[in-house]
Amino acid sequence: MHAKVITVTSGKGGVGKTTVTANLAAALAMLGKRVAAIDSDIGLRNLDVVMGLENRIVYDLVDVVEGRCRLSQAMIRDKRFAELYLIPAAQTRDKMAVSPSDMVLVCDQLRPDMDYVVIDSPAGIERGFRNAIAPADQVIVVTNPEVSAVRDADRIIGLIEAEEKGPGQLIINRIKPSMVARGDMLSIADVLDILAIDLLGVVPEDEAILISSNRGLPVAMSATNSASASQAFRNIAQRLEGNDVPILDLAPQSGILSRLRNWVRGE
Amino acid sequence: MRWLDRLLGREERSSSVAKTRLQMVLTHDRGDIRGDISPGLIELIKDDIIKVIAEHLAIDPDNVVVNLTRNSRESRLVAEIPLQENGRRKRPT
Ligand SMILES: Nc1ncnc2c1ncn2[C@@H]1O[C@H](COP(=O)(O)OP(=O)(O)OP(=O)(O)O)[C@@H](O)[C@H]1O
Ligand SMILES: [Mg+2]
Repeated sequence: MHAKVITVTSGKGGVGKTTVTANLAAALAMLGKRVAAIDSDIGLRNLDVVMGLENRIVYDLVDVVEGRCRLSQAMIRDKRFAELYLIPAAQTRDKMAVSPSDMVLVCDQLRPDMDYVVIDSPAGIERGFRNAIAPADQVIVVTNPEVSAVRDADRIIGLIEAEEKGPGQLIINRIKPSMVARGDMLSIADVLDILAIDLLGVVPEDEAILISSNRGLPVAMSATNSASASQAFRNIAQRLEGNDVPILDLAPQSGILSRLRNWVRGE
Repeated sequence: MRWLDRLLGREERSSSVAKTRLQMVLTHDRGDIRGDISPGLIELIKDDIIKVIAEHLAIDPDNVVVNLTRNSRESRLVAEIPLQENGRRKRPT
């Protein structure tokens, strides 16, 4: 019983679960940790392409569960890191091919040899979500500063609590500081006020995410400026390691308009 | 003149509209999970509260407000019961 199993989930689709999983796995591996990333989105696998390992898949999670290969045969080693492995999802099967207890078994096999197992959950609250959280020691809820995403995050937080995996920790992804400053995007404080769970990190909207997924290189690997998504992911990895790193300061350079507005309002 | 309204802060910012809408919809969503507290049920509770308090105090029944709030991850029934001016104790009728 060594590795910590962390599941990344969201409720709503497309908010950045796969991006978060790939980058946290990479950032933890960069800290010298032994990391296995599991894609539990069976039938819609994507973690392989985001990590840039899609050409090396021979066996997948369903092959392991159905006994066609050993677990180690389905673990693709990412050679850019000391110890980072991907266990891909099957692309041609569906969520019912894996059960929550299968996931627990697979993770129990990984625990002695890993420091972290990071599981990418599919969207939704059905079987795939239940599979993903069954082995979790810790659950990360990803949301965007947007009404529908926050609403679904709230629902997921309730379900995680009901499964006694809760309360979970929050990552707010795709924050646009300039829109927040203008009052056209929910702020970090607004989202925390509504969801009332611990904040694990804030990731800004960053073009580098798309570029890196074009190339199959997690952004966490590239060193960029301090307000970047890359830095945000590396900070989150530090927090998972128990280090107290402040939340990225994403305040935009205060524009003349916002200063004028504040002055008019007497703020 | 939308820009002027904005500049002067007269137009409500879309982020605060979003927050208010979220709070409303979550009150309902969370109610579903936690035992279905409908607005109708709250009205019933309010009537009963008015009845009980009015036994002892002179209150202003038209301005009693009972709300379900969910600030953190807990739910809370908040009642606001205005007392009748100069009526600390209800006179025996
Ligand atoms: N911080 C960000 N800045 C810019 N683009 C982002 C950011 N985070 C995610 N994206 C983009 O958003 C899209 C969805 O991201 P991703 O696939 O990680 O979401 P998901 O939650 O895994 O989706 P699904 O529910 O379909 O599995 C991708 O195109 C990704 O590149
Ligand atoms: Mg995904």
